[in-house]
Amino acid sequence: MTDTAPPVPSLWSGFIGIVRRDILLAWKRPGDVLNPLFFFAMVSTLFPLALGPSSEQLGSIGPGVIWVAALLAALLSLNSLFVSDFEDGSLDQLLLSPQPLTVLALGKAIGHWIVSGLPLVVISPLIAISFHMPDQSIKVMAVTLFFGTLSLSLFGSIGAALTVGLHRGTALLSLLILPLAMPVLIFGARTVSLSTSDDAVSAGIYFLAAYCMLALTLAPFATAAALRISNE
Amino acid sequence: MWKFFHKLASPPHFYQFAGKVVPWFAFTAIACIGYGGYAGLFVAPADYQQGDAFRIIYVHVPAAYLSMMGYSIMAISAGIGLIWRIKLSHAVTAAAAPLGAWFTFLALATGSIWGKPMWGTWWEWGDPRLTSELLLLFLYIGYMALRASIDDIAKADKASAVLALVGAVNVPIIHYSVEWWSSLHQGPTLVREGGPGMVSDMLYPLLAMILGFTFLFGALLLGRVRTEVLFRERRAKWVREMLLDDGGTT
Amino acid sequence: MMEVLSMGGYGSFVWSAYGLTIIVLAVCIIGGRMGHTKTINDVRRRIRTMEVKS
Repeated sequence: MTDTAPPVPSLWSGFIGIVRRDILLAWKRPGDVLNPLFFFAMVSTLFPLALGPSSEQLGSIGPGVIWVAALLAALLSLNSLFVSDFEDGSLDQLLLSPQPLTVLALGKAIGHWIVSGLPLVVISPLIAISFHMPDQSIKVMAVTLFFGTLSLSLFGSIGAALTVGLHRGTALLSLLILPLAMPVLIFGARTVSLSTSDDAVSAGIYFLAAYCMLALTLAPFATAAALRISNE
Repeated sequence: MWKFFHKLASPPHFYQFAGKVVPWFAFTAIACIGYGGYAGLFVAPADYQQGDAFRIIYVHVPAAYLSMMGYSIMAISAGIGLIWRIKLSHAVTAAAAPLGAWFTFLALATGSIWGKPMWGTWWEWGDPRLTSELLLLFLYIGYMALRASIDDIAKADKASAVLALVGAVNVPIIHYSVEWWSSLHQGPTLVREGGPGMVSDMLYPLLAMILGFTFLFGALLLGRVRTEVLFRERRAKWVREMLLDDGGTT
Repeated sequence: MMEVLSMGGYGSFVWSAYGLTIIVLAVCIIGGRMGHTKTINDVRRRIRTMEVKS
């Protein structure tokens, strides 16, 4: 150890460090990854059981049901985004770090998406098949969920940062996030159900991609501001 | 001009100034709403398509207009409060939220009552305006829920200001996406934009009602901001002097 | 008179919309005034107890 301060790592290494750390943590505690996934699968199973096995009906409600289940699963995992960091003090370290907090907030959101959003995208085809959805819709479903869950992780991180020290549980976070998540839900679910009847889907996908870009550029700033406020 | 605003931003001046302005706003509001309500109900001719049911427009449109105005006021004052750290603007944000939520509720309820004779249902998902209003109400509720769950006022101010700004970015997107969504059903709408023949007998009461509701909203908002300012400044010297000296109920 | 009140058959809708508007506005006005009075009384009581203590 020398007396001089160690050189500040680059932005990229700070960002990658956060992402890698969150993935590692999830690897050590697989429940954090698996619980939302099982939740997603089980909520999607509820609907065929509740509504009956008629394949036409399942095909028509499938897009909406899968999207709602994905939204709820994302919300479920968002609740714990900053909580463990807050409890063990690593959030304070993030706030003190020489890296801009915005980059670290982006890293947290991306890490959360890789751990909880991407697995949803990966298993969504299985659920889509079980809902008797046509082949082209399964692809559209995966693409819309890809952009949709990324936007949800980013916007959700704002809500998670605002509620981090509050001990009010999931209900408050849902109240904050759900209205903001409506455009994603509307475009995601409608685009998939348009694709089941071979309608044009590019408008919806472009919208979701644009919304995702907006979230990528704006949400980290809001998350960083919210983290500073919550930890004053 | 700038001097006036600087002075206004100081709590005691604002408190006195708003106290003087509120009665004038209230008076203007009563005059406008009185004329608009009377003319809208009894003077304006019945609509050629909707008959007398269209008279609900005179309460629905002003309420809907102010529900969005309320959110804009919230977002702007939240931004001012975050950037320039003016305490008064946080008080404005806090005061505007419940009022905006009430006006949103009013717009939803009157829209629903209007929808029953026109569409045959109390709620028509195909109407983008009503659906947007519902989501706006949810945004207000989320804002108030966050505010209510943080005990420290300064922290609640900043945290909810961030939420108000994020919500304000989303409002146009939500509105656009609801419109896209309902355009797939071709739903019916209540208010025809630039519709044929809003004759002046129909139009003037509407303008009067919008003006009257705006002044009423202004009066209610200023009143609530005064309450907020008083509570926030309860340890300040001017509050103590004011409350102990006059003994009245200003 | 009855003709005006019936509003061409839409009377119940028109009058309930206006009635609801009056109720909501009254709630806002009365709620605001009551909140203000309550805050004044609370703050005044708080100041009085502080004065007595000091």
